Order: sequence, then structure tokens, then C-alpha cells
Amino acid sequence: MDPIKLLESTLSLAPFEYLREVWVAAGMNPALAKVITDVIGVVILASFCLLIVLFLIWLERKVLARMQDRIGPNRVGGKFGLLQTLADALKLVSKEAITPAGADKIAFNLAPILMVMTALLMWAVIPFAPGVIGSDLNIGLFYILAVSSASVVCLLLAGWGSNNKYALLGAFRAVAQMVSYEVPMVLSLLVPLILARSMQMGEIIAAQTIPFLILAPISALIFFISALAETGRTPFDLLEAESEIIAGFHIEYGGMKWSMFMLAEFVGTLFMSALFTTVYLGGWRFFGVENVVLGNIQIGNLLAMLVFFLKTFAVFMVFIWIRGTLPRVRIDQLLDFNWKFLVPLTIVLTMMVVILDKVLELNGIAGWNRAIVHLISNVVLAFITLELLRRRGRQIREEMEGSRQAGPDDHHDADGHGHEADHGHGHELAHAAGD
Amino acid sequence: MLTEWQFVGIFFLLSPIFPAAPIIAQHLLGPRKPNRIKQETYECGIETVGDSWIQFKVQYYIYALAFVVFDVEAIFLFPIAAAYGQLTLFGIGAAALFIFLLADGLVYAWDRGILEWV
Repeated sequence: MDPIKLLESTLSLAPFEYLREVWVAAGMNPALAKVITDVIGVVILASFCLLIVLFLIWLERKVLARMQDRIGPNRVGGKFGLLQTLADALKLVSKEAITPAGADKIAFNLAPILMVMTALLMWAVIPFAPGVIGSDLNIGLFYILAVSSASVVCLLLAGWGSNNKYALLGAFRAVAQMVSYEVPMVLSLLVPLILARSMQMGEIIAAQTIPFLILAPISALIFFISALAETGRTPFDLLEAESEIIAGFHIEYGGMKWSMFMLAEFVGTLFMSALFTTVYLGGWRFFGVENVVLGNIQIGNLLAMLVFFLKTFAVFMVFIWIRGTLPRVRIDQLLDFNWKFLVPLTIVLTMMVVILDKVLELNGIAGWNRAIVHLISNVVLAFITLELLRRRGRQIREEMEGSRQAGPDDHHDADGHGHEADHGHGHELAHAAGD
Repeated sequence: MLTEWQFVGIFFLLSPIFPAAPIIAQHLLGPRKPNRIKQETYECGIETVGDSWIQFKVQYYIYALAFVVFDVEAIFLFPIAAAYGQLTLFGIGAAALFIFLLADGLVYAWDRGILEWV
């Protein structure tokens, strides 16, 4: 094995191909070589996901603190408190593991592990750079939806297994919320899927010579909102609302089991940012940056990966920004917003895109012309939606104003004494002022 | 085809290790002094009354049922979307009709008051 060649292949993000080549040349079974590189890949991918969380938690605390005019972590690990999360993790490891006597032991202990498993498994089909992907399945997007919906079961397992009333309430809320918001999420992901004509992540990126954010802005917005709800972040963090049900489904958990839930939440949020980047922002694409070659090293792959992470973290910052800005919604508002606004809107949107894109294809319109037609149709749909909302809002306002005008009369009939007493009181005050 | 899934299979088999390792580490490193009060259900500070494993508000189940209808129907749209390039205008019409039926189901559910939080 040539160390310089290994370094070169690592810099062009293709060390596994090189290693396999060398091993097969040395007489190893190709299938075995593939298994070994896959195992190494899995370990690297999973450890990356777990270690990046240390940074993500620090980032969220720091940014959130700045938004709320605080300093945030600033003691452990230098001026910026970079090692704060590590210190927290060490503290959590040294805590006593308590299992409540009334809990269902199997469900209680299995839930955090399954939760992290689902959060990790989704990363298998995210393309970080050209060729740097766990496995470019031909049903990539479908695989993501299938795995991500399993986290609902884990939440219910945790809430039910804890045998605690708050945990149960949290689990019920989680199921209602996550299950509801999965419908607009699935339907809004259909739009980029139709535009790319494939479920394979590599082909979805290849199809984005123009990012799908321009072709399908409404779909992107709906996906982002549902992603907020699916990961249970503010303003949809009802499932762990501290002020209402203490911590919801993970109230009975402590130490490392609790941190596994936090970990899954952050890995899931970063995953949603990565998925948003891949599906709507063109993934690692950035003006052909992946084609840069330095000497005989394909440095472009590394740059493409950098672009991917910059985009992903930009989306993640929006998640934090929303957390620092919006208050929590009520559960009836949450479900009404989903079933009476998002779901009808996504159905109309999907219908529109299904018909429009075929008509464009049959007329031979492609490239920027196609993008502009899609953009205009989206703007028109957004305008109609907002107009409908405005009318409905006015209708509700007029109804309320009407009932307010009718209100005092009803009140007078029901409780005439109160009003007379008020009048009498007013006269007394007037007298007092006059005297 | 199957080699593509090999990575996912290995990932699935190895992924429990990553969350299980810190949990086991905590069991080894942390103190271990269980007692009756410590293991009580953590609710309000006083002893828990009644069982938590009960039947609860039916509204949650109705939403879950509505979800099953919509999600299963939406899943059927995925093959249509993946094969979109090969579809004729007739196929698109059929897909549009399918989505229309989905919308009709939503209108029906809305009209019957299933979507009201009570």
C-alpha cells in the first residue's frame, strides 16, 4: 500500500475505492473487501453523527443565549465554552441509572436505543459529496420516510413504558403531532420527486441544475414546517412542553438514557437540515465546485462536502432562529393548522405540479423557462391561499365583533344588578371627585 | 441491487452499539444505591394515585386513523412520481383523479367534524 496514494485518495474522498483495489490486488475476496470498507464507513458515519451533536448543542445554547441577550456557556474550554457539552456528558455518565419500580423494564430501556437507531439510520442515504454516500438506494427518499416514521413508535414506547401520567400525555401528544405532520411532509416531498423524476438521492441532486427551492418554494416551506413538527422543536415542542407536562415522554429518564433522547433530537434536526439541503438547495452543488482538480488530486469533492455542510448549517441556524423567536402553540391550534391548512394546501399543490410539469414536458419547455413557469404558478397559489386566509380572518373578526356588540345587552338581561351597581359606583366616584 | 442494501444492513446491525455503549458505561461508572422512594414514579412529589396504563381521550386515535388513510394513499403516489417521466397524459389524469379522491376524503372527514379538537 502506497501511503501517498492513500492520502491522495482520501483528499479526493475516495479512500475506500483505493483500499478495495489494493486488497483485491493482494488476493482478497472482493465481497469481503466491500464488507470491511462498509463496516469502516458505518463506524465513521455514526461517530460523526454522535460527535457533531457535542458541537450542535454548544452552538444552539450559544446562539440562543445571544438572541436572548445572554452570554451563554463561557467557562469550560476557553472563552467560548467550547467544551461545555463534553463536561455535561461526563457528568451524565457518572450519574446513577434509575429505573422506576412501576415501569415496563423492556420498553423503558429499549426506547432510547431504538430512538437513536432511527435517527442514525436515516443518514445512510444522504450524499455528502459526489460519491460520498452510505448507499445510493434507488428508493432513497422512500427509505428516509419509512425510517423516520419509526421514531413515533419509539416515543410511544418511552411514554407508555415509563408508567407516568405526564409521560403518557407527552406520548399521546407526540403521536398525534408527528403522525399528523407526516401527511404534509410526505405530500410535499412528492413535488421535488416529480420534478427530479426519481427517488434516488444522487439523481435528485443531479436534476438540480436549478435548485428546487426556486421551482417549488411552497413545497419547501411546507416541508420545513413539517420538519419542525416532526423533530418536535419550537414552536411545535408540545410533546416535551416543560411548563405543561414537565418533560413529556422522557420525564422518568435520567443520565445517559435521557441524553440519548437529546442526541436523537439533535441528530434528527441536523438530518432534516441535511435533507432540506439535498432536496431543495441542490446538496453539494455550487457552480460546478465539484470539478476542481489540484494536481492529480480531485480536491473538488472536499470543496463540495464543505459546501454541503455550509448549506446544512445555514438551515440548522434557521431552526435555532425559530426556536429563539416563536412561542409554543396550543395542541388544537397545532392540529387545526395541519389538517385544515397544510394538508389541503399540499394536496392542491401536488395536483397542480403533477399536471403542470407534464404539460410543460409535452410542450418541450425545460431549463429556466420551466423553472419560471413553476415559480409563477407557486406565487399565484400562494396569493390565492393568502387571499382566502384573509377573507376567512375577516369573517371570523366580524363574527366576533358582532357578538361583542350583542354582548353587553345579553349581559344586561342576565345580570342587570351588576350594571346598576356599576352606575351607582360611578356616581359615587363622581360625587367624591366633585366634593 | 442487493449490494446497495448491504451498507444499510451493516448499519442496522451496528447502530444499536452506539447508543448502548454510553448507557452501559453509565451503568458501570455511576453509583448504584436504589431505594423505594428513589424508584417511585416522579409526578407531583406525593404518592402516585391510580394506574397510568389507561384508555384515554379518543380524539388522538381518530387523528391516527385519519393519518393511516392519508399516508397509505400518499405512499401510493410515490411510484407514480418515480415513473413520472414515462407516464402519458392519461396516466397523469388517473394520478390527478387519485389525488382528487384524497382531497375528497379530507373534505368528508372535515364535514363529519373528525378534525375538530374537542
